[in-house]
Amino acid sequence: MKIPGAGLAKGLAVTMRTMTRRSVTGQYPDVKPELPPRSRGVIALLEENCTVCMLCARECPDWCIYIDSHKETIPAPPGGRERQRNVLDRFDIDFSLCMYCGICIEACPFDALFWSPEFEYAELDIRDLTHGKERLGEWMATVPPPPAHDDSGIRPKELESAAAALAKTAAGAGPERPSRHGREAEAAAPAPAEPVEPAPAEPVTPEVAAPEAPPTGRRSLGGVVWAPEEDER
Amino acid sequence: MTEALEVVLRIVLVLGAFLVLPLLVGQTEHKAMAHMQSRLGPMYAGGFHGWAQLVADGVKFAQKEDVVPAAADRTVFKLAPAVALIPYLVVLVAIPVGPDWVGHDLDAGLFFVLAVMGIGVLGSLMAGWASANKFSLLGGLRSAAQLMAYELPFILAAASVAMAAGTLSLPAIVEAWEPWWLVWQLPGAVVFFVAGLAELQRPPFDMPVADSEIIFGAYTEYTGLRFALFLLAEYAGIVVLSALTTVLFLGGWRGPFVDELPALGVVWTLVKTMALAFVVIWLRVAYPRLREDQLQRLAWQGLVPLALGQLALTGVVAVVVA
Repeated sequence: MKIPGAGLAKGLAVTMRTMTRRSVTGQYPDVKPELPPRSRGVIALLEENCTVCMLCARECPDWCIYIDSHKETIPAPPGGRERQRNVLDRFDIDFSLCMYCGICIEACPFDALFWSPEFEYAELDIRDLTHGKERLGEWMATVPPPPAHDDSGIRPKELESAAAALAKTAAGAGPERPSRHGREAEAAAPAPAEPVEPAPAEPVTPEVAAPEAPPTGRRSLGGVVWAPEEDER
Repeated sequence: MTEALEVVLRIVLVLGAFLVLPLLVGQTEHKAMAHMQSRLGPMYAGGFHGWAQLVADGVKFAQKEDVVPAAADRTVFKLAPAVALIPYLVVLVAIPVGPDWVGHDLDAGLFFVLAVMGIGVLGSLMAGWASANKFSLLGGLRSAAQLMAYELPFILAAASVAMAAGTLSLPAIVEAWEPWWLVWQLPGAVVFFVAGLAELQRPPFDMPVADSEIIFGAYTEYTGLRFALFLLAEYAGIVVLSALTTVLFLGGWRGPFVDELPALGVVWTLVKTMALAFVVIWLRVAYPRLREDQLQRLAWQGLVPLALGQLALTGVVAVVVA
């Protein structure tokens, strides 16, 4: 049997129940929102890792990345030859054009571009939305560490190769490859961090001299340094 | 001399209550409605949970330009907010809050209160007519229709209490009140409260001001302080309706421990009044607006027969008890 007024009572109950619960409003400027991992706020640039290979600029669907560079000659070390490398002069992203697809980040073979969850970079003029490498570099500090690997997933091959290299060193064999420049002490590095010869497998566009090592010689991400996989070869 | 001083004191107290209580109800509405809708409501004004929001609103309204439409009937247009607001102030004088706490004890207090409350609706009628705006006119006419429909059950329900108590004096009604009247007069209480809500044009009976279809009805053309006065009249109306329902049906200042400590009666009245004001807000959040025909049907087919039945019941029981 339907009790008359049951619907009215139900309506009152719903509002009363909602009142006793915590409201969902976020007090944004006072309390920062808790963004989910991998939030796409802004694109940050780790300048040291960039080799001016132009892949990001070419892949960008909006053509909103502007890169200028010049070549710099590194003086020859004793017994070696002179080398050239690219120096980044300008790396601008026009965020008024960017559609946050993240293709540049996917395309970068040297881990120079990252998603940062930072989103408070509104400007009063649309022309001010073009941010240079200094500003993009500042955002690197806000890039979160990569999420931990899933326990039940396939172990990343970086870890496998690092473990293999460590086992080799522990066995006393030392690094297989002789250090050509004699710079690195044999016992120091378990895995050679610097690719000393051009890696043939790396995706390189022919007209860009990319396979040079990045200036620091390491790929770093938020303080984490890992060795590239070259020691397999 | 002391007599004059007493009169001044009473007036100041009533005026103070008239200025403070509606703001209190307004702030409660802000916060309670927000939390019922899973929001926070005002949080900035005044620093602590937006307690000064209505003060800030008042300052804002005072700064706005006072616009009178070119085609409007200027005198009536300017007079309407006062006509809407002042009756509630006058009614507050006659409402007893404690055993001896009443602005002025009238012999025919109930009659006076109901008569003066009827004037309040004239304010929105005048506003609707004088604005020279079709939406305002529609709103004004809807106000008139609503007033016609709901004044009858409102007064019949009040008459039932007057019959039960055998007096028209509000303090005497509270004195005569017994707890079992809560059951005896329950239909009358419901009719009185609902009809009062409709007279205040509060949701769900806000067809005359329906902002989404006739742009706040009679108040469409009002700005600044005059608009604020209409809003204040609405909240003062909530206070007056809640206080009247308390006095007539909930025993006013009567309650536990009042015999030992008469001053507690004032607290009881205020607690009951505020609880009813909360119910007014609660109903506003919970229910959608009634359509015009539903409004009329509820009044003529629901409330009027119910009020008449209550009147008959009161008469029979009063005779039997006597």
